[in-house]
Amino acid sequence: MNTSLLAVPVVAPILGAAIAVVVGVRRELQRAVTVTVLSVMVVVAAVVLARVDEHGHLVARAGGWTAPLGITLVVDRFAAIMLLVSTIVLLIVAVYAMGQAGEERERVSFHPLYLVLAAGVSTSFVTGDLFNLFVAFEMMLAASYVLITLGGRPDQVRAGMTYVVISLVASTLFITTLALLYAATGTVNMADLAIRLGEVDPALRHGFSVMLLIVFGIKAGLFPLFFWLPDSYPTAPGPVTAIFAGLLTKVGVYAIVRTQTLMFPPGRGGADWGDDLLLWVAGATMVVGVVGAIAQDDMKRILAFHIISQIGYMIMGLGLFTVAGVAAAVFYVIHHIVVKTALFLVAGLVDRRAGTSRLSSVGGLVRTAPVIAALFAVPALSLAGLPPFSGFLAKFSLTDAGLASSSHAIVAVGLGVGLFTLFSMTKIWTGVFWGDPDTAPERTPQTGDRFGGPLPMVLATLCLVGVSVAFSLWAGPIHELSQRAAIDLLDSTGYIEAVLGGGAP
Amino acid sequence: MSLLLAVVAAVLFAAGTWLLLQRRLTRIVIGIGLLGHGANLLLVTSGGRAGRSPVLDGTVGDPAQYSDPLPQALALTAIVITFGVTAFLLALGYRSWQINRDDKVEDDIEDRLVSRRHRTDGPEGPIDDGDPDTTEFEVGEGQVS
Repeated sequence: MNTSLLAVPVVAPILGAAIAVVVGVRRELQRAVTVTVLSVMVVVAAVVLARVDEHGHLVARAGGWTAPLGITLVVDRFAAIMLLVSTIVLLIVAVYAMGQAGEERERVSFHPLYLVLAAGVSTSFVTGDLFNLFVAFEMMLAASYVLITLGGRPDQVRAGMTYVVISLVASTLFITTLALLYAATGTVNMADLAIRLGEVDPALRHGFSVMLLIVFGIKAGLFPLFFWLPDSYPTAPGPVTAIFAGLLTKVGVYAIVRTQTLMFPPGRGGADWGDDLLLWVAGATMVVGVVGAIAQDDMKRILAFHIISQIGYMIMGLGLFTVAGVAAAVFYVIHHIVVKTALFLVAGLVDRRAGTSRLSSVGGLVRTAPVIAALFAVPALSLAGLPPFSGFLAKFSLTDAGLASSSHAIVAVGLGVGLFTLFSMTKIWTGVFWGDPDTAPERTPQTGDRFGGPLPMVLATLCLVGVSVAFSLWAGPIHELSQRAAIDLLDSTGYIEAVLGGGAP
Repeated sequence: MSLLLAVVAAVLFAAGTWLLLQRRLTRIVIGIGLLGHGANLLLVTSGGRAGRSPVLDGTVGDPAQYSDPLPQALALTAIVITFGVTAFLLALGYRSWQINRDDKVEDDIEDRLVSRRHRTDGPEGPIDDGDPDTTEFEVGEGQVS
């Protein structure tokens, strides 16, 4: 089997970024490069997913070095699903950005940065090496630092400072954890770590588990490490906020799921308090996120707080540590990437159409821009978990899994938070689409377009909404796929054997 | 790991953390630098005792006598990354100084708006960020760009 395919998601966007720098000011060429690279990645990710689902893990060894020595790229079903969904979202948001007058047109650096971000995200998914994961995170974060402050406006600089400092602290903690892990086990290969961590003192292992949880929890926006998120995300340019909201926190969630299931499986040396810890964190994250959203008056900030509360659901699925729970978490992650990105794209459309995203300054868009209203309604109802949308299926399988492992408290919290999510979405709906604006917007509304915005923006949003609807139409096969992914995740022997065993590259 | 290096790393972490809690970005940058040094030192010491031969020294026969090169390579990577990001952070601080003649890390304005909203009868005065600290830089007339 040709495993060099795995190098494409790592190498292609970096090469693309280099070419995009070289072609520089010729905007059309830059766009062609971005779209080509991301399209190739989507195709490769689809092929990888098909192969992995058929044959099991795909492993590629960089430079031909065998597993614990060299850097290993390894894809299981979960990684392949994440890779496919994230590249699709990256492609759609790139098209959206091209339709908008803004950073994409004014700054030469937008396309190279966007591709480096794509490289960081996809490398995080395919790597089997903890230090390589750190490098992938840094790639993603370095690009995101620049993207979040791309306009150089005062509010961006203010929010950017907090974001950069918090991320740097998280990175330093990551290096510290890596140093301690290496001192204890002598390896940074995740499969090797999974074996060797079984031999270290259980107390030490708990410590490592919590340290990694903190490191990735900062990126994912877990309670109590989420404070930076609703402050910094909304200040970035529209499409950038969308991609951050959809992907960056989910990369953190992916890393949590990967490390906790592979390296710290429950039941080995009495790690049972760890599961409860995850459930407590999940519950607190859900409640705090949704309560924070209620107080806000800005559409983007409400949505940003909802990222936090939704992260709680994913961690809840992981915290149950059953096949049904982890399968629900996998389904929840991919549903949320699509739906949340779509909602932020709609927020960008509203921002452009009305001149602001502040609820008190917008109103009556259902009459003046019905297309935007329709594009908002579908992902909003999906996020709140109303049938027949994908959010309902995700919440239903999560609730089902919770009841099956008789974790009634967390299920009750999850359902209650779902009601509040619906309340927030209703608040945005009444504020933005009904009624009249109370105050004047900060910028001039752009009302010329027939569909409420430039065609590429509307079409890109429509595509993403279409993907989320497709999730509910093909929910059966997708849920079975996430179930298989969950079985992989919970039984780490397949992963370890694929990386360390065999030896043939 | 030698005790001296462990103590040095601990001191670096402590000083870095203290500086990180300051309001000024310049101090935060130095704090992050110190934290990074602490982490890298820890990474290097995780490879074993100091003073062993490098891997290219042909005179030592037993592999156990060599110093482990991997943590050093990892530390090098981490140093390069920290360097790049610190440079960016300094540029950000400079931009902040260009805009405000100040590099103070400010509170979230929206948070303060929200916290003020539930006492609506209160006076609509300017938002007080509760920090009387003034700028370290000279503020001249008409300098604010």
